[in-house]
Amino acid sequence: MAKNGKASSNSKAAHWVGKKLKRKEDPRLIQGISHYTDDLKMAGMVYCVLVRSPHAHAEIKAIRTDAARALPGVVAVFTGEDTSAVGPVPCAMQMPDLKVPRHPVLGTGRVRYLGEPVAAIVAEDIYTASDAAELVEVDYEPLPVVTDMEKALSSDTAYVHDQFKSNQAFTHTLKGGDIETAFKKADKVVSQRMINQRLAPIAMEPRAVLAEYLPGENRLTVWSSTQIPHLLKTQISVMVGLPETAVRVITPEVGGGFGSKLNVYGEEGIVPWLSMKLSRPVKWNEGRRENFLATIHGRDTINDVELALKKDGTILGLRARILADLGAYHQLLTPLIPQLTALMHAGCYKIPAIRIDIVGVFTNKMSTDAYRGAGRPEATYNVERIMDIGAHELGMDPVAFRQKNLPQPKEFPFTTITGLTYDSAKYQEALNKALKLAGYDALRKRQKAGLKNGKYYGVGVSTYVEICAIGPSAATPAGGWESGTVRIEPTGKVTLLTGASPHGQGEETTFAQLIADELGIDPGDVNVIHGDTLAVPYGIGTFGSRGTAVGGTAAFMATQKLKAKMSALAAHLLGCKAADITIGRGRLSAKGGKKSISFGELVMAAYTAHSIPAGFEPGLEATHFFEPPNFTFPFGTHIASVEVDAETGEVKIDKYVGVDDCGNVINPLIVDGQIHGGIAQGMGQAMWEELIYNEDGQLITGSFMDYVIPKAHFFPEFTLDRTVTPSPVNPMGVKGVGEAGTIASTPCMVNAVCDALSSLGVRHIDMPLKPERVWKAITSAQSGGMEPLPPELSSRAKRNSSEKASKSSTRRRP
Amino acid sequence: MIPANFDYESPRTLSEALDLLASREDAKVLAGGHSLLPAMKLRLAQPSMLVDIGRIGGLAYIRESGDQILIGAMTTHGEVAASKLLLRSSPLLAQTATEIGDTQVRNRGTIGGSLAQAHPSADYPAAVLALDAELVVHSRKGERVIPATKFFTGMFSTQLHNDEILTEIRVPRTPGEGTAYKKFHHPASGYAVVGIAVRLKMSGGKIDNAVVGITGVSEIAYRATKVENALRGKPTTAFADAATHAADGVEVLGDYFASTEYRQHLAEVMTRRALAQAAGGKR
Ligand SMILES: Cc1cc2nc3c(=O)[nH]c(=O)nc-3n(C[C@H](O)[C@H](O)[C@H](O)COP(=O)(O)OP(=O)(O)OC[C@H]3O[C@@H](n4cnc5c(N)ncnc54)[C@H](O)[C@@H]3O)c2cc1C
Repeated sequence: MAKNGKASSNSKAAHWVGKKLKRKEDPRLIQGISHYTDDLKMAGMVYCVLVRSPHAHAEIKAIRTDAARALPGVVAVFTGEDTSAVGPVPCAMQMPDLKVPRHPVLGTGRVRYLGEPVAAIVAEDIYTASDAAELVEVDYEPLPVVTDMEKALSSDTAYVHDQFKSNQAFTHTLKGGDIETAFKKADKVVSQRMINQRLAPIAMEPRAVLAEYLPGENRLTVWSSTQIPHLLKTQISVMVGLPETAVRVITPEVGGGFGSKLNVYGEEGIVPWLSMKLSRPVKWNEGRRENFLATIHGRDTINDVELALKKDGTILGLRARILADLGAYHQLLTPLIPQLTALMHAGCYKIPAIRIDIVGVFTNKMSTDAYRGAGRPEATYNVERIMDIGAHELGMDPVAFRQKNLPQPKEFPFTTITGLTYDSAKYQEALNKALKLAGYDALRKRQKAGLKNGKYYGVGVSTYVEICAIGPSAATPAGGWESGTVRIEPTGKVTLLTGASPHGQGEETTFAQLIADELGIDPGDVNVIHGDTLAVPYGIGTFGSRGTAVGGTAAFMATQKLKAKMSALAAHLLGCKAADITIGRGRLSAKGGKKSISFGELVMAAYTAHSIPAGFEPGLEATHFFEPPNFTFPFGTHIASVEVDAETGEVKIDKYVGVDDCGNVINPLIVDGQIHGGIAQGMGQAMWEELIYNEDGQLITGSFMDYVIPKAHFFPEFTLDRTVTPSPVNPMGVKGVGEAGTIASTPCMVNAVCDALSSLGVRHIDMPLKPERVWKAITSAQSGGMEPLPPELSSRAKRNSSEKASKSSTRRRP
Repeated sequence: MIPANFDYESPRTLSEALDLLASREDAKVLAGGHSLLPAMKLRLAQPSMLVDIGRIGGLAYIRESGDQILIGAMTTHGEVAASKLLLRSSPLLAQTATEIGDTQVRNRGTIGGSLAQAHPSADYPAAVLALDAELVVHSRKGERVIPATKFFTGMFSTQLHNDEILTEIRVPRTPGEGTAYKKFHHPASGYAVVGIAVRLKMSGGKIDNAVVGITGVSEIAYRATKVENALRGKPTTAFADAATHAADGVEVLGDYFASTEYRQHLAEVMTRRALAQAAGGKR
């Protein structure tokens, strides 16, 4: 393992782990010669298109499908009446007071969000199916639409689900320590309302489902772009009423998920059911517009956060009241996400008292669920923003304020007041490294000097901790373990079957690296198989930065079992004790090194079984189901440097530094890639991305013409480095890195921009920091009369209020 | 994302294309396809026939003719941006083209397509207005020349009839003028939230003539005549005051990304900056 790691068992072969190997996955992906679900074609395959509601909330009065049925090439048209026995769409969460509405696969009676499917068309080709979809006539009677969470909870509201007579789906409180006293004793209390906007996960590949049912064999095979093939297999069997043994789920290439495919969707019930009904393979491929409307969204919370402080900067307590917009129905983990938010409010600080109250709210929108970071970015954002506001109000440097409240390395394992035990960390080391890389003091100097020339520079810092390797099963709705099966084939090539289902994270490479070192072979000889429930033992999947820490550990443990077996056989063949065998590169040797056997010979001996010790099972295969004893807690410090054009509100990002600690590193190239993508997505939330529903529940930013996905040239070069603090939670000392960049970068950016404008009296700006918002924050802080106006803004403000407004009339864009 | 049914024709001559176009009421010209095809995929446009003019020879060129530079309608944004002739003799159009979309868009999209589309936030309209360009249009009946200032009639609508093809754009040489195109990009679409095309002629420290074309601010691109008038005969210190008139007399658009108030503010700021750039970088 990398420098600080534990030596792994009796292997002397460590060689590949820690190397920047290029990803095995890349050549086929880059050349476009690999297969996604939509690339698959079956004989006799027909195409499904779904008719979706143009209303956010309406009564379905009638659906007429005759014209659609009559179109040549149309095979069948079904509505909710036909599919009442399919589903419902499952929610895995169980909570005492959770309201769980039945979530039909096709809307029946009522539609409750824009884009809810109401009919399924099947036709010989996709064009006919799309034409037929336009011929389905639905009579809707629009109902009052609930989009605003606070209004949804007021007495003057319509209900998303009448039967509950309330839009409150659940409440959840997490507390530790004496919060009342903390706030009573505080020298200073700072508070801020912060909006965490709704986001679209935007995987490059939208969802896709292909199902083939063979009635003779009673076998259903479903290809789906999912992060969780095994859980999906179980749920499909329930949704369509087949024994689980009749169902096989395969995930071909999956073009990203970011949590949006950690789910079970109605389409994954409808499409298999259609195939069963029609005895033909049926394919459904989600269009981008549908992806915006009907794939889960992320975030969407309103946060009232308060921090109780002593004058010297000691934190006494943190309190937050959070409204979480769940959308109209629960998807698989919808109600879980806000609870992860509650959990992470301790941040990486010593906070003696915490109380978080969360209310989950139904609205007429698409469901929210896990999106990269899943609940943790919301918490980190709240904590890191209120830390900056606190520092500002105390007149302290935000770094000094953080330093004062970070636990020291010797305090680990560190237990938060709300009950999490952080495994290991050296927060100061990462912080100091980042400060140095960023040239923090020089940035502060430039900032001061800039103010004299009307330049607004800002520096944002976020010191974060996150929760990864999800997770111990007790804390995970469907189990938090993972499986790994390692099989050495007779030719000495190795197959790993992993229950983790990577979809862009590069585990075909990293898992091969770690197994190669354990067995003393080349990573090229290790083939990692995933995403086929018939080939791979049951597993949980890839999400929550768990792939390597849990799935990789399962593979590692299975390899240890295999090594014990190999040692026993080698000992038998070499005439020594198993404990005296070392596995080196390509050879197993007895103590002293005189007697040895090649890897290939040993493997062959295990298969021919001509000479095996008593009780030795022929073959070389081992399986391990790894149950992690705890989460892992990666951490780090990110620093952003920005310049704000105070006249237009545009933000220029001129420097970005990330120092992350994800424990031991198996492949630095892949770790950097994960951080890069994570930062881009986190900055995307801070600066650009937002799903806007208007009052009628129509999606205003439902296409790439309006929803801002950041492009490469929006970013500066990222300066990355890391510290390595191995995790004691698993034998490889790894923590997880998939979400770290997203979690750290969002508050870091907002801190930087607000810092740049603090001299103008700006305290907080809600995300995304689009130019108009920044400009408005400046002008409104200025009209609040905190500081004298800079000349270019003062003329503006004057004109704004008087003549100009009357000169031009307003017109909304169509 | 699946278009409705349509027929496809790819004529090799302009007259064939004009015949095809006249043969059906809802036939549409296909140029670079970068506005039309996305609209068809969303079924916002459902033409029954596409007449692809991409295989007609001689519609893509940039050449001199007397005081004018002539640009074929099928000339891509990329070709306009890179044209040495334009950069030398009438740079504003090239400066504008470099700001359009991204490399792929510039390699496919055409100047004719962009003008015919008349998107309220497209870039070229500001430049052709500022240049007092002439647009040459053909139909089976013959040829007509439409001044740019008369061409745009509304959001997505122009003087072009269904059976007409825009074939050429004529712009004047602009010797001794400073020119600039300043654009505030929409971060999602890349289109102009505000786009300001400026021509500036100075003599003896005074502004002889200033021309300002503005796109993105209102339903159609327009000439900011009040700004132009406020500058005539003045020194460059008049830029800031003149720029306050950038959106005078027009209905300013507002949307989720830029409200009316903000867009109007941007029009002023970007006009001032464009004027300053044109004054600084005389080419
Ligand atoms: C991702 C993306 C980003 C973009 N960003 C920008 C941007 O920043 N700024 C900008 O200005 N534009 C932008 N565009 C639009 C781009 O410039 C298009 O190329 C242009 O609007 C249309 O040109 P086209 O050649 O593709 O025309 P088409 O899409 O082929 O046609 C557009 C319309 O014009 C008609 N038409 C085309 N040519 C003629 C002709 N010669 N005579 C008569 N009618 C004709 C067609 O029938 C159709 O109605 C963007 C487009 C995309 C896809």
